Amino acid sequence: MKRQLPLFLVFIFGLFMIFQYFVPHETSEWVYEFLLDWILVIGIFALALGIWSLYLVSADKIRFRKPNWGYSYVTLAGLFVMIIFGFTAPVGESWGWYFVFVAAVLLTIGMIIQAMVASSAKGLYLGLAGLCLAVAVLVAVFDPAWGFFFRSTEGLQSTMFRAFFDHVMMPILATMFSLLAFFIASAAYRAFRARNLLASLLLVAALIVMLRFNPYLSPIFGDYVARTSNWLMNVPNLAAQRAIVIGIGLGIVSTALKVILGIERGYMGKG
Amino acid sequence: MYFFDKLMKLDRRWIFLFLVLVCVITYVIPFQIPTLMEPEVKVIYDFIDSLPPGEIVMVAIDYDPNNMAELHPMTYTIVEHCWRKNLKVLITSLSQNGPGMADQALRDLSDSLRLDRTYNGKLFKGREIVRGVDYCFLGYKPYFALVILGMGQDFRLPFPNDYYGSPLDSLPMMQGVYNYDDVACVVDISGGNITDYWISYGQNRFNFPLALGLTGVMTAQYYPFLGSGQVFGIMGGLLGASQYEELADNPGLAKDGMRVQLYAHMVIIVFIVVGNVGFFMDRRKRKFQQEAR
Repeated sequence: MKRQLPLFLVFIFGLFMIFQYFVPHETSEWVYEFLLDWILVIGIFALALGIWSLYLVSADKIRFRKPNWGYSYVTLAGLFVMIIFGFTAPVGESWGWYFVFVAAVLLTIGMIIQAMVASSAKGLYLGLAGLCLAVAVLVAVFDPAWGFFFRSTEGLQSTMFRAFFDHVMMPILATMFSLLAFFIASAAYRAFRARNLLASLLLVAALIVMLRFNPYLSPIFGDYVARTSNWLMNVPNLAAQRAIVIGIGLGIVSTALKVILGIERGYMGKG
Repeated sequence: MYFFDKLMKLDRRWIFLFLVLVCVITYVIPFQIPTLMEPEVKVIYDFIDSLPPGEIVMVAIDYDPNNMAELHPMTYTIVEHCWRKNLKVLITSLSQNGPGMADQALRDLSDSLRLDRTYNGKLFKGREIVRGVDYCFLGYKPYFALVILGMGQDFRLPFPNDYYGSPLDSLPMMQGVYNYDDVACVVDISGGNITDYWISYGQNRFNFPLALGLTGVMTAQYYPFLGSGQVFGIMGGLLGASQYEELADNPGLAKDGMRVQLYAHMVIIVFIVVGNVGFFMDRRKRKFQQEAR
């Protein structure tokens, strides 16, 4: 039963989703919308699992002093700081004791983690966590300058949340991606060699596409480079990409059928 | 031959240093470079430019800060073009960090629209951009395939409220706007595979005009959809954004970035050519040495 029930459900709902596509009746649309809602709700649980998993992995690294374990503190601090900023925001102009609250919450979480990973003095850490929590609760209850926003998005528009996204998150991610340019330049210098006919063709095609809209070349070559580049993109590239896309499409259909018919059971885990 | 030996074993830090110098110098010293047009970009500009005031353009900001150098300029230039034309913009973000990107772009553009500006010889008076009237930002929901399908039924299904918590029914712009049938086109600006879902679950099923703004490396992959008519235009990377800026007569982030990209590409090409010269000379040397034995 434990194995048959998921297979049965997948078969029924898989078939329904196929037939629903061709049935524009009101009832069919209603069931379809209902199912879409359900999938979104189920999906939200994955978020909670993700956060829990990140916490476990980081705590594990700290506990067993794995390589670069110190960075796990940064990961957890980043996680909780953004959650706190996302759910809280100042109500008026003044910040009041807001940052004392943020610091107290972070220290509470830090002390609880320490208590869980430390081999000794667990009681001390738990006591300190309790103290910090008391401070956080007192500030939250008696400071009217800021508030919690669990059901609205005021927190997402708060100065701190935006500042951390605009001035920490964005530069970090953009910098990581920008580094690629340097590795590509280095890799191109070392690996992009005309070793044989196929490599030479690839090299020439890549150079033409890179140079296609170079405004300094148009007085020399006219629009020859641009036209050649357009031909490369619209004929050989298009043919190869179309073959790949059709192949992927057929693969998706066959995999979906295998899942619906219970031949492919990887999604159930073992067995 | 000693020179070519050294060339073949050039430390990669020299390449990094040279590239940094070129990028910094071309960014710091402002100068104009001509922009050559692609029909795939012009068709998007012409489509939006020909829409009557009051029409809704849907812009999907489906990228994270990783791709902001290439894709953020597209968002800026398209949304500004729409607002200057008195079009309304419906925005959604189906990648996790997309809402932050959209939020930043909306703040910057709302400020910029307060100023009088002249584009293509026509004066556009500055005006206040009003949330719910000029734009509606739906925000983020996980599972983009389902969200795209849900929006095909009714935008209210995945997004009962907008990003700022207002019910969609309370926004003047959303009165009588239910699904893709009520928008003039969708422009998906994406740095990942969300684009595949916009094509297969969105355009293919609900048959709305779809244009794409993609990173440079993704562009070649989506040409088949341009050929099949599923996509009516593609903006490829920073080049595509700079072409749109040129057409809209609104030079901005992309035109600045293109200066750097153009020279960085030329440096990479020079390195590839130099590397190949070294490779052939080295091969020739070995051939001579073998013959000498």
